[in-house]
Amino acid sequence: MDLNTITEIQRPSRVEDVKDWHAGCAYLAGGTWLFSELQVNTHTLIDLETLKWPSLTATAAGLEIAATCRVIELEKFAAPAAWIAAPLLSECCHSFLASFKIWNEATVGGNIIMSLPAGPMTSLTTALEGEITLWPRSGDPRTMPVVEFVTGNNKNVLKPGELVRSIFLPGHALKKKHAFRRFTLTHLGRSETLIIGTRCPEHGEFILTITASTLRPMQFHFEGVPTAAEVRAAIDGIPLDQYLADTHGSPEHRQHLTYHFSEQIRQELSA
Amino acid sequence: MSYTINGKSFDAEPRPGQCLRTFARDLGWFGVKKGCDAGDCGACTVWLDGKPVHSCLVPAFRAEGREVTTIEGLACDGCLHPMQQSFLDAQAFQCGFCAAGMIMTSASLSDEQKKDLPFHLKGNLCRCTGYHAIEDALNGVASVEEDRPGHACGSSLQNPVAHDIVVGTARYTADVKMEGMLHLKVLRSPHAHANILAIRTEKARALPGVHAVFTHEDVPERPYTSALHDDYRVDPDDTFVLDDVVRHVGQRVAAVVADSEGIAEEACRFIEVDYEILPAVFDPEKAMLPGAPILHNKEFTSRIQHGNRNIFLKIDSEYGNVEAGFAEADVIVEGTYESNKVSHAHLETHVAVASLSDDGRLHVRSSSQAPFQAKSKLSYLFGIPLEHVHVYTERVGGGFGGKQEMLCEELCVLGTLKTGRPVKWEFTREEEFIAGVSRHPMTTQIKVGAKNDGTLTAIQLRVVSNTGAYGNHGGETLAASLSQSLQIYRCDNMQGTGYAVYTNIPPSGAFRGYGSSQTVFAVESAMGDLARKLGMNLMELQRKNVVVPGDAVHSIWEGPSDAEMGSYGLDQCMDFVEEALVSGRGETKPEGDEWLEGKGHAVHMHDCIPPTEQRSEAHINLREDGTYYLTNGFAEMGNGTITSMRQVAASVLNTTASRIELVNADTDKTPYDSGTFSSVGTSVSCKSVSMAAEILKENILRLASGLTGAPPDQCKLVDDSVVCGSRTVPLTELFASVSDARHKLHVMRKAYGSPRTTCFNVHGFRIAVNKITGEICILQSVHAADAGTILNPMQCRGQVEGAVAQGIGSSLFERMVFDANGKMVNPAFRNYRISAFADIPRTEIFFADTYDAYGPLGAKSAGETPIIPVAPALSNALEDATGLRFDSLPFSADRIFAKLATLS
Repeated sequence: MDLNTITEIQRPSRVEDVKDWHAGCAYLAGGTWLFSELQVNTHTLIDLETLKWPSLTATAAGLEIAATCRVIELEKFAAPAAWIAAPLLSECCHSFLASFKIWNEATVGGNIIMSLPAGPMTSLTTALEGEITLWPRSGDPRTMPVVEFVTGNNKNVLKPGELVRSIFLPGHALKKKHAFRRFTLTHLGRSETLIIGTRCPEHGEFILTITASTLRPMQFHFEGVPTAAEVRAAIDGIPLDQYLADTHGSPEHRQHLTYHFSEQIRQELSA
Repeated sequence: MSYTINGKSFDAEPRPGQCLRTFARDLGWFGVKKGCDAGDCGACTVWLDGKPVHSCLVPAFRAEGREVTTIEGLACDGCLHPMQQSFLDAQAFQCGFCAAGMIMTSASLSDEQKKDLPFHLKGNLCRCTGYHAIEDALNGVASVEEDRPGHACGSSLQNPVAHDIVVGTARYTADVKMEGMLHLKVLRSPHAHANILAIRTEKARALPGVHAVFTHEDVPERPYTSALHDDYRVDPDDTFVLDDVVRHVGQRVAAVVADSEGIAEEACRFIEVDYEILPAVFDPEKAMLPGAPILHNKEFTSRIQHGNRNIFLKIDSEYGNVEAGFAEADVIVEGTYESNKVSHAHLETHVAVASLSDDGRLHVRSSSQAPFQAKSKLSYLFGIPLEHVHVYTERVGGGFGGKQEMLCEELCVLGTLKTGRPVKWEFTREEEFIAGVSRHPMTTQIKVGAKNDGTLTAIQLRVVSNTGAYGNHGGETLAASLSQSLQIYRCDNMQGTGYAVYTNIPPSGAFRGYGSSQTVFAVESAMGDLARKLGMNLMELQRKNVVVPGDAVHSIWEGPSDAEMGSYGLDQCMDFVEEALVSGRGETKPEGDEWLEGKGHAVHMHDCIPPTEQRSEAHINLREDGTYYLTNGFAEMGNGTITSMRQVAASVLNTTASRIELVNADTDKTPYDSGTFSSVGTSVSCKSVSMAAEILKENILRLASGLTGAPPDQCKLVDDSVVCGSRTVPLTELFASVSDARHKLHVMRKAYGSPRTTCFNVHGFRIAVNKITGEICILQSVHAADAGTILNPMQCRGQVEGAVAQGIGSSLFERMVFDANGKMVNPAFRNYRISAFADIPRTEIFFADTYDAYGPLGAKSAGETPIIPVAPALSNALEDATGLRFDSLPFSADRIFAKLATLS
């Protein structure tokens, strides 16, 4: 929709050109959320497109995803054969409520910054042990696990004016076996729960990542494949008020599905 | 900056925050529609460098130097794109508002992508079609039949506007530019119930570009109802154009008229309001209790029955004696059923444009379902003589009852009267949810008694309807809920008590199914329970008790009724559904013990005309060129009457529909019509046309007989001529030869909505339900309708498919949710999901072979009622699968899983 309060567009070619960031400024990536609601407190959009960050950089160490990488680019990424977890990239892209047409504009960084429980880019990068790099307005970049970046429903650690530069998925995570479960109240709708399990073929480590169900991603590490009771006990530790209540699912149902699908994932990865 | 749209390059400077959608529209590309303006519905889909995008989300400046293609640019050198042709051939639209975006998306798909339509079309919402015709279009299935003389009735003729729809030139209400047009926006209440103590508008007025600011001090001191009925007295006068009391979150408080929407929005933010917050009540049962906050304590002239208890209307009526009936019963079942608040979600939001002509007359372009009612209401409100008010529609993008309401015309008129300039107001999608109308949530307590052999002895209903902050349609929907739901059963004792209750949620209104959907859910679920308790099959129980030809139509009312079965196809409909459900057709149950399977169905009988006044007038004349000119005031919003009405006239006059020019819904150009709602498009509006056309035919034959000397019984209309014995007189010649009798070639007839015939619908489902997750899978869906003569098979199928899809959405997941303060929490399509392509199974559709004694050419209503049996059919299928009765809509997995857990 028209953002009638916007009076200025900045299109910097370098981050250093972004001067005088203050309240009322907003970074524009894909714009698919910004332009979907009135932004009455925003008057300046700073377009990140013109920074021309390379979207995807694959190295032996892993995959670096620029914050401005379009979802469509990630979905079409052809991964090295050794990255057996790579199908998750596409599976998570397919977990948007939004149409494939939105993928042409929406960005990976934008989805993580929205920090909605159902944000599938958060699910993906959390499950694959992603590290997120933030560029503060001043000072050195800081890096942290995505699982720590998102702190609640539509909440994260980003400070005013701080930019998300990229997300790095380590190669060792991309080489893991994985299992994926998702449930939506309407067909192809918004995730009510999205749970991913990974297992390291070398060390056997099992990681269970619960998203969409809960206000923020919840991740549980096990040295090997846990027992059903161990998985249950881990989930028992999530209080009911940490499950999301909205029109895409009730907290009770999300909790119920979380137990159900986590156990399925445990069994699938036990094989 | 340099832009290219549809191959035309130009320099332009979009506003900094402008999106591509409005940028294109400002340049005259009106094919780019607004359904949600938030990226959810896809109506604004365009191509950017050949890739489909939602133009409402694309910053206009990013289109610089790129190629933009809108629907208007898809056809090449006058040749339709193959996808446009396919949409035309399959008539893959009804109102057509979503078609531009749907075609732009579909035309972008590769063959590989077309293999997964549920996925690739999930970003394009259609509220009309139920997606079957769209799937047909993508599969190259053609449904349109040729327009042949004498065969118009019964052929699948295409919509006369179809070509304009697929090329994007069909003009909807907002698709207009007028010299000097101003824009209106409103400030809305953040409180569910409050007195307005003061409003300060100085800052808003001072903003450059603001032309007028209105508050409750500036509006006519005349209460009215926003509901549109021929007889306005059936609804309460409880509304002011702007009020000094707000009764729901989202009620309008002040209005600003300005040069642009942006300025008007900003000015609204500058208005300061002092509220005295009042206690609010959201539960209608609590609202009726002593001590509850009172919403409307008005004089009796407002026609509010018990304002001091928040009861707009109480109905209490008994036919026979239910106490005696229950005493006679061997078996009694009882239950309480809750229905949800559902949004119409017509893709075109409410829009109006008011303007004055040089002669001082007022013109209102509106998305109304009842232009003549809007006209008389505007005349009354503003004290303008009726003849000085002109209300018209061009093309309306869906209604479903939501536009049987005057929600925006009056403020535009206020703005125009003040400024002298055209004023336009377009609802946002959010406004549609928080300040439009929706289906009345109802709680229905039901008690049914029967003998051991299944004979019904008594039925009793108690209905509490939540009409919200205003009473529009609250009374009529309540009456319908208590009567239309019961009249299918022969039972000597029926009693109903109902309350239409004010609460502090946004007002409810007319919604397809009009009260019946809510209570038929209860009645048919109770019949399912009764059958189970009696050890009978539900079909068997129903066959024993349903009305049969010759029966009087009655429910809870004493005294006679003008409802009569002018035809009867219920038996055929039940047979169709029963046979389909035992056929084994449809999908098989998913594998796994956690999946349970069940079948269920429900039946319904509906009056084809409302009990309130309803009339329609048709004028038709033969023209010099031998074609016909037909006018009727009905509104077209995708219901298809614009197509079927020409078919009726063509059929009577034994010609092609193409020879009938039709003008509708314009209070200057067409005669009076009460409005298009309550299933009357065919049964009343088309009836006036068949009556007028019959007279015209007779007159033509008589004149031809006089001209040729052939006896009248040897004269016959054949397409563009009259065959008189051995001589053929072209209509052009006839016209030229009877200059002294031309008045006989221009006739008019009025049709009245009495007697009111009835139609029947039966829906059946076979479903699988996952007892762990609560997911419901529809394996088979079957619908049988008795709509009398089928005027247009393709169109009637489309109406059924669309109604069933709306029924599936409202039964399985649609739900308007409010927080503890009465604020709606999901006023956007991303959070209020309507059925998408992926949600809707193919429905097998059958039509009974009947001919109605009262309807035009034997036809009766087809479009409204198929929604009604959907919810109870699902409820009965769920009960069959699980042995559990689910009594609260919708049956979304998160609302049913806990009860399912009791199974294991």
